[in-house]
Amino acid sequence: MTELVLRIALTAPAALVATGLYGALSQQSVVMIMMGLELVVNGLILGAGAFWWAGGAPVVASVLIVVLVTVMAVEMAMGFAVALAIYRARQVDLTDDAEELAG
Amino acid sequence: MIALVSALGAVAVVTGLLVFTADSMARATFLLLGSFVAVAVVLIGFGLGYLGTVVILMMTIEMMIMVVFMVMLMMNPAGLMPMTMVHNRRGSWAIALVVFGLLTAGVWLVPFPVRAGAATGGVTSGPAAGPDATVALGDALMGGQMLTMMTLGLALLATIVGTVAVAVSRREGRAERRGIS
Repeated sequence: MTELVLRIALTAPAALVATGLYGALSQQSVVMIMMGLELVVNGLILGAGAFWWAGGAPVVASVLIVVLVTVMAVEMAMGFAVALAIYRARQVDLTDDAEELAG
Repeated sequence: MIALVSALGAVAVVTGLLVFTADSMARATFLLLGSFVAVAVVLIGFGLGYLGTVVILMMTIEMMIMVVFMVMLMMNPAGLMPMTMVHNRRGSWAIALVVFGLLTAGVWLVPFPVRAGAATGGVTSGPAAGPDATVALGDALMGGQMLTMMTLGLALLATIVGTVAVAVSRREGRAERRGIS
């Protein structure tokens, strides 16, 4: 029973990570790419919660959720700062227009 | 518990998928918020009431800020005309599906160790009896996991400094205000 719930609760994060990955890879807008990355972290939060529930409430799992929530905040803040900076510098909000550093 | 996790997990995934198909950028942001809230409600159902509430509050505010950025930066915030802004759609789908297949195969094939309580039939679900989850988390963050907490604090401070440094345009810096161009 616990195991089945754990497997179901881990399948949803797998789908969320894959969806976020698709978004981050395919979207051209910088803000939409950040939404994809947020979906990936969202899936990781759900996975950590599932392991917390099924694994006898190890405190490390809830600490991991705190770390992931912080990662989300940091990613969002830095992402918007970079998006604004590049837009102010040269009115670019699509990744295809910002490929000076592409190898 | 199975019904809750399956239903809200499906909601989270479907709203996540709709984020990248919605025409309106504002609508996409609120769909993303829906995905976050579904995950947070699952956390609350698991017994992580404090963390679930934190996720809901934080994500609601964060998505409000995101809507503002969407309206500022996007050419089609209201979705008045259908549009897609994607590149390499087929390759992205292929990579995403392969990742999903691998992760799902791992989830369903790996034999998870069964807890002692669950094995004897005493506990079928839920966390073990013990101190309240929030108390345990606070104790850990101020005790054994102090290093994690300090690292997070430093990372957030670095983010504050970094965002300000990046956001302040160099051309509008001190030199211009002094009249030196």
